[in-house]
Amino acid sequence: MRAKPRARLMLGNEACAEGAIAAGVRFFAGYPITPATETAEVMARRLPEVGGVYIQMEDELGSLSAVVGASAGGVKAMTATSSPGFSLMQEFISSAIIGEYPLVVANVMRLGPGIGNIVASQMDVMQARWGAHGGLPMIAFCPSSVRETFELTIRAVNWSERLRTPVLLMTDGVVGHMREKVVIPEPGEIELWNRPLPAVPPEEYQCFDPGPDNVPAIPPFGGKYRVHYNAAIHDFRGVTTMADPKWCEYGVRRLAAKIEAHIDELTETHSVLMDDAEIAVFAYGPVARAAEASVRQAREMGIKAGLMRTVTLWPFPEKQVREMAKQVEVIVVPEMNLGQMVLEVERCAAGQAQIESVTRVDSMLITPKQVLDRITAVAPRRQIPWPS
Amino acid sequence: MPVSVVITVDARACKKCGICVEFCPKAVLESGPFGEVLVTRAEACNQCRLCELRCPDLAITVEGG
Amino acid sequence: MAKLKPLTELRKEHFHFSRFPTTYCPGCGIGNVLQAVTRAIDETGRPPESFTFAVGIGCYGNIGNYLDFDELRLSHGRVPAMATGLKLARPDLNVIAMMGDGDATAIGGNHLIHAARRNIDITAIILNNHTYGMTGGQYSPATRLGDYATTAPYGMLEPAFDICKLAEGAGATFVARTTTFRMVQTIDIVRRAIEHPGFALVEIDSQCPVIYGRMNRWGDAVSMLKKQNALTVTLEKAKTMTPEELKGKIVVGIFKQAVEPEFTGEYYKVINRVRRPQDAS
Repeated sequence: MRAKPRARLMLGNEACAEGAIAAGVRFFAGYPITPATETAEVMARRLPEVGGVYIQMEDELGSLSAVVGASAGGVKAMTATSSPGFSLMQEFISSAIIGEYPLVVANVMRLGPGIGNIVASQMDVMQARWGAHGGLPMIAFCPSSVRETFELTIRAVNWSERLRTPVLLMTDGVVGHMREKVVIPEPGEIELWNRPLPAVPPEEYQCFDPGPDNVPAIPPFGGKYRVHYNAAIHDFRGVTTMADPKWCEYGVRRLAAKIEAHIDELTETHSVLMDDAEIAVFAYGPVARAAEASVRQAREMGIKAGLMRTVTLWPFPEKQVREMAKQVEVIVVPEMNLGQMVLEVERCAAGQAQIESVTRVDSMLITPKQVLDRITAVAPRRQIPWPS
Repeated sequence: MPVSVVITVDARACKKCGICVEFCPKAVLESGPFGEVLVTRAEACNQCRLCELRCPDLAITVEGG
Repeated sequence: MAKLKPLTELRKEHFHFSRFPTTYCPGCGIGNVLQAVTRAIDETGRPPESFTFAVGIGCYGNIGNYLDFDELRLSHGRVPAMATGLKLARPDLNVIAMMGDGDATAIGGNHLIHAARRNIDITAIILNNHTYGMTGGQYSPATRLGDYATTAPYGMLEPAFDICKLAEGAGATFVARTTTFRMVQTIDIVRRAIEHPGFALVEIDSQCPVIYGRMNRWGDAVSMLKKQNALTVTLEKAKTMTPEELKGKIVVGIFKQAVEPEFTGEYYKVINRVRRPQDAS
């Protein structure tokens, strides 16, 4: 049999599916929605080939519920949706936080509100952080390319397992529907993390007794350990203690702490031409690619521009942005929404740099020219060379 | 037919709803002044165990015989 | 009737009896359902650790505090969906999907009918107390016509769901109704439902004496059970009655029991056919 070529031309949504399979995901429940449907289609075909299960549920609420059920059964599980479906899933993302079910939700963002349009936007980046009731810290990654979609899906699965928390992959109609080359690693080449398992004997075991890293070790159902998953405020045993303020306080703060402890590992930013930059562009997703082009064009014009691209939306890379704000005069934040992450940039810059929001909500990708125009508009006059 | 039946009511679990008293086919049980279950005619018990089955609090047990 | 296991043993093996008394009102039918379901599980002879309870929200929602079984508790209405995910991912488990009437037929109605349609091997137990007890007695899709609820202060105007007909129409392959008063029958039916290879739904008519009973002046648990029993008609008897005579009656019995292709089994046949063990990526 001819070996499968390792480098393949892939759709972003396909890379998400293949990345998930490479990460060990063996359960996918979904509901069709443009522009996310290809992930479900690939999963429907591919999962049985690797011994996994695909199911098309009756709606997005059912999809994420089924994912939770499979995850509780000990199987790595995920779903993919787009913005309107993401809104429907918020309840379960919240439940998965407190129930501590590892799972991944890929949201291929489209333009809203309402049914909106089916193309592309970055309009759910704040919803990713604040959409689920409770307002607990979230983990959300945002790929700029198809290759990165593959890699970040694996990373999302790994972190969800390690911290037993839902992790979001915030991709969009541009990256999801773009075809690029992906080199698929051999199975052994990918580092896989698995959820912690109990170290104590069953008779001493308490389901939600967290380890030193604040993550409880919960085995799959059906063994000698008694498992009481509970999405209500609970004690270590999983017994509902809603009326006890102490358990409320402890429960909420522990769930936040287990993520906050890993901020440095979770936040990843890439800098381009930032060493001597005076004007920075802060971008994420496909917009960062346009921004990189505009930064390079600005350099050709003699403007000391640089790019900080973040692959981690949440937790927000506060330290990196704070440092950047100390260095540069201006931070330009291009986004395919009405200006969402710019609020975070403003918060972290804390007045140390001038913040310029560039927005686009016509469902089209921000162009290098759009960003460049703002860079040149804010650049000190002296930096622009006299035309020769 | 002398059988030694032991009917026990777990006072901690019992909520004095009166179901066991009302539906006992042999009128073995009675409600006390505070609603507590009193076993007044143990000798009449035919061990049908309907009191056990219908107790929403798993509070009454019929043993022996 | 099979010999009943002593209650002391049942308490020890399947309950956290030290956590009793339960938080339920005196005479509440939830306790009856718990006893019936645990006895039924016990009578199947299957190992207790092979059972998982999927549980939603309602007064019954904290049964996990009292039951010594694995439990999956997520949110209101989604029980059939999470049970579907669990069963598909873990076909080795016996999944008991516990629901209330509002849980199963209002917020979770869509999930319920689709789980039934798939004929996935789940045992759905619907505890029908005709009200939302935990939130204080609002009307549910199972509240009887004309009855009162905090949100139906002038009487219920909407006709109630016939949950069993709903399940049957949706494709469930085992459908039965019983009551908390008829405990022996309830245990027997729940056991059959667990052993049934496909989607099995058992509606257990239950009393909510403190909320529903008071609001409708039905008296305490004892008088509610008397009324429930008076309204109960066996399936055999029902066949001889006119629709007019059956109005408001609780028909008990097994309405449907048929063996048809079960979804999990069918899916794993596909896996066995297309699986490529060499290709892990």
